[in-house]
Amino acid sequence: MTEPKPLILVVEDEPQMRKFVRIALESHDYRVIEAATATEGIQQAIAYSPDAVVLDLGLPDMDGMSVTRRVREWSTVPILVVSARGQEDSKVKALDGGADDYITKPFGAAELMARLRVALRHAAESRDVPSAIVRLGTEVEIDLVRRLVRVRGAEVHLTPIEYKLLTALVKHAGMVMTHRQLLERVWGPGHAHQMQYLRVYMTQLRHKLESNPARPQLLITEPGIGYRLKAEA
Amino acid sequence: MVERRPDPDELLARVHEGEQASARGKLTIFFGAAPGVGKTYGMLEAARREGADSRRDVVVGIVETHGRYDTGSMVIGLELLPRRTLEHRGIQMEELDLDAALKRRPELLLVDELAHTNAPGSRHLKRWQDVEEILAAGIDVFTTLNVQHLESLKDVVAEITGVIVRETVPDAVFDRAYEVRVVDLPVDELLQRLKEGKVYLPQQAARAVDHFFREGNLIALRELALRRTAERVDAKMRGYKAAHGIDATWHTGERVLVCVSPSPHSGRLVRAARRMATSLHAELLGVYVETPAALRISSGDRDRLAENMRLVESLGGESVVLRAEDAAVETVRYARKRNATKIVVGKPTHPRWFDFVRPSFLDDLVRKSLEIDLYVISGRPGEVPAPPAPPREVRHRSLDLWGGAAAVAVVAASTALGWYGFGKDELADVVMIDLLGVVIVSMRYGYVPSLLAAVLAVVSFDFFFTQPYFSFAVSNLRHLVTFIVMFLVAVIISRLTKRIRGQADSAREGERRTASLYAISRELGAAQARDVLLRTAERHLREVFGVRVAVLLPGADGMLEAAFAEPGTLDDADKDMGVAEWVWLNQQPAGVGTDTLPSARALFVPLKGSRGRVGVLALFPSAETRLGDPEERQLLDTFAGLVGSALERAQLAEEARRARLRAETEQLRNSLLSSVSHDLRTPLAVVTGATSSLLDEHGPKDEATRRELLMTAHEEALRLNRLVRNLLDMTRLEAGALTVKKDLEPIEEVVGSALGRMEDRLRGREVETHIPEDLPLVPFDSALIEQVLINLLENATKYTPAGTPLAITASTQEGNALIEVADRGPGVSAQDRERVFDKFYRAREGEGGGVGLGLTICRGIVAAHGGRIWVEERSGGGASFRFTLPLEAATHVQPLPVAESRESEGR
Repeated sequence: MTEPKPLILVVEDEPQMRKFVRIALESHDYRVIEAATATEGIQQAIAYSPDAVVLDLGLPDMDGMSVTRRVREWSTVPILVVSARGQEDSKVKALDGGADDYITKPFGAAELMARLRVALRHAAESRDVPSAIVRLGTEVEIDLVRRLVRVRGAEVHLTPIEYKLLTALVKHAGMVMTHRQLLERVWGPGHAHQMQYLRVYMTQLRHKLESNPARPQLLITEPGIGYRLKAEA
Repeated sequence: MVERRPDPDELLARVHEGEQASARGKLTIFFGAAPGVGKTYGMLEAARREGADSRRDVVVGIVETHGRYDTGSMVIGLELLPRRTLEHRGIQMEELDLDAALKRRPELLLVDELAHTNAPGSRHLKRWQDVEEILAAGIDVFTTLNVQHLESLKDVVAEITGVIVRETVPDAVFDRAYEVRVVDLPVDELLQRLKEGKVYLPQQAARAVDHFFREGNLIALRELALRRTAERVDAKMRGYKAAHGIDATWHTGERVLVCVSPSPHSGRLVRAARRMATSLHAELLGVYVETPAALRISSGDRDRLAENMRLVESLGGESVVLRAEDAAVETVRYARKRNATKIVVGKPTHPRWFDFVRPSFLDDLVRKSLEIDLYVISGRPGEVPAPPAPPREVRHRSLDLWGGAAAVAVVAASTALGWYGFGKDELADVVMIDLLGVVIVSMRYGYVPSLLAAVLAVVSFDFFFTQPYFSFAVSNLRHLVTFIVMFLVAVIISRLTKRIRGQADSAREGERRTASLYAISRELGAAQARDVLLRTAERHLREVFGVRVAVLLPGADGMLEAAFAEPGTLDDADKDMGVAEWVWLNQQPAGVGTDTLPSARALFVPLKGSRGRVGVLALFPSAETRLGDPEERQLLDTFAGLVGSALERAQLAEEARRARLRAETEQLRNSLLSSVSHDLRTPLAVVTGATSSLLDEHGPKDEATRRELLMTAHEEALRLNRLVRNLLDMTRLEAGALTVKKDLEPIEEVVGSALGRMEDRLRGREVETHIPEDLPLVPFDSALIEQVLINLLENATKYTPAGTPLAITASTQEGNALIEVADRGPGVSAQDRERVFDKFYRAREGEGGGVGLGLTICRGIVAAHGGRIWVEERSGGGASFRFTLPLEAATHVQPLPVAESRESEGR
């Protein structure tokens, strides 16, 4: 491997949790720096410019959203927020405030690795030119140049909004997008609260792309938060 | 001879007095015959002795030195309480700062001039009321008082000196004082001091000598002061004797009854009766008999009556209002009943001829009083300023006008009827018809119009029906007799009718009160909830007294807050809240119509229950309110008592309910603990056991076993996670902390996400989904409904054999979305179908079973959405869990045209 191992900053106040995350990451060939408080985390982020940040939302000194905002002032480093169940509001706030994805406690090491991989890859891709043809799973193919969508080889007609919604998700494939983010991308900032439109179009899109829309394999719902386009990790 | 034992009532009263005295502060009055005898000096001297060597904490509340040098020098060294400055019409006035005094809480407070009238804007009208409040707070008070300021001696002093004293102190205050120290100075010395300018500053001195400080005056005042003190000492001695059962001069429970009336001279009468009662060691009873006629007295009279009745009470007497047809009979009857041996009544002030027209109350009394002594005391008009003539109400005059017109019309009609119906020969019939007319007028329009009708009837009879016709001249003497008889009969009929009307009015009034009392007590008895009680009370108070109402009750923090307030009555920032607080603390009425804080907008009455204070009732008077009226006040007190005990009952019921709830919660917590501790311990034991054997160096070595152990630990950890999640959800549901954030969402989406989340545990099972594409969006909280679906799916995996298929179906019916999770397992037995939703209930031990909360949580969440959840038998075998979510109208979303056009522009 010629590339240096990615450097991950773990901001977590629980020592046991921090230990588990560090061991998991190191066993997957990541380098790890740790911080126990938000303030320390921000300092570390400035000092080391990590490749990704794993940020706990339940820090004692500052809420996750503030940390995200502070980091986003000067860095586009991928931020993965870790939260307990039932904190949907703070998750959405952190995501809208610039975090890239979230993971809910308790989580397995595999899940953490998958999320992190997507986040890192996305960060790398945003520097590259996106490829003209995107494949989703085995059945869906999107030609971004010719604006064509094929499902199992057959071309599917999408309305302009559906297409725009799909591309917005494709750009963040594997990562969660909040309702607000999607509404702003597709409809514009004035419609950030008209969620039912988003839901209607999402349902239509699912019916066009998924073989069983009630058990979606691609367009995953994150209740109370938003949607995620599943991508192979 | 029967041996006299101490009267139990009296002993009880004495015990109460003793109890109160121990909590109350002690009042010491420095009592003098005239200004300048050295009361203030004496008080300060005594206070300095008390405060010497810091034995007692002495503070000067307010002391007027009147610029006297020796008095001023006595103040030096004592702590002075800052005075409160009030501005009234541009004049700065300094008053005792009552609140500061209560806050400072010295052991002994000096308050000069007990009879002082406070500046407008103070809490109380009079300083003695301030002192009462200070005493009630347990602070001792030294104060000064001159004899002419005693209420009962007001008239005597006025007689002696010709000066009407306006600032008076009720005798009750004087009699209740712990100690009265007479500050005495021979008259010569006082005059000498006055001349030397020691009493008043020189420029005032000459004038004062002329008016008040005449030698004769001073001698008389001195005698009065000494005698009054002696009377007090005498009373104390009698009290001692009573307490110790010494029978020598046993007080016979004698009472002096004074007839109180709205007359402006009645006050004088009351004071005279009080003096008589004092010298006889008798109690004073003030009685007013409300006769039907008295129901129509003017509002000015009513106010004066109320004032006179208050005077009786302030003089330590008991005031009673009786209702009867005949005032004299009732007065005597009551006097006998209460063992009153003397009745004091005012001299009649009306002219003598008046007695012929209507029977005199005094005459009746004299005739009926028999063994009871009657004292007739002069009203002495002229000494007391005559009250302003009560303004006659215009309404009455117009009524009289109507009555007059009616009298004329009725007489004209009956004359016409007589004329055409009977003619001049049937005079007896004509007379009967005329009399009928008088009766009609009297019934319909009252006394005066009926008298008018009587006169008119006689005149018209004379004019039309007797010879010579169409002339007032009388030819036959017999006709003259007819006229007189006819007139007398008419007048008697009028009087009788008037009396019947009066009785009817009185009965109606009594009826109204009884009915309203009955109604309120019945409704309050029926009402359970506090709010219903308050509304009921409000309605009755409004109807009966014509007031707007607010009720203040102590809140959770013990502070008063408005539990009920009609718009425009009271708000929390209102300055009247302060009055309410005062009433709450002192348990005395205050506000409009009382002597305490009379400038408030409302009358505040304490609400008391059997166990103590309950709250404060605020009554905002309107134009027709007559709360000053003693009868209305009595009725109001009864109302307040009813409301107070009803509220207390509601409070007790609420407390009982809470206690029951606490007990239930406690029981629930216990069963939760026992259930949870088992369910939590099992997975913990497995995790601990598995991991420890992995760590053990002698543990299993082969990779397959180690992996199996790890898998077990992992699964149990996940189970633990689910248990904790359910427990947390349950806690949140029960604490009411569950917030439902409803959004219009597709059912398909939430089913999809629940299935996605359950993917691992559903592996190996076929899950059918039937969700129609045209299903409308449903308002729900996606995170919570996802939880419901997950719990139902989890149950299905736990209680049905592995590999059996599941089905999720959604449809709409009757304004609801219906969602079904069905399995092909053993189903739920009929008797368990309700109970499976109960807390901690498990139909049977499932594989990897939970605490029995999953379905309870489902029910809680669905109920929070306004839906219903139940289980049915599935046709073809298995269980079918179904729940509904109410739809809202127009849930079909129209596409946003703006969005599409934006999109096309964007291209």
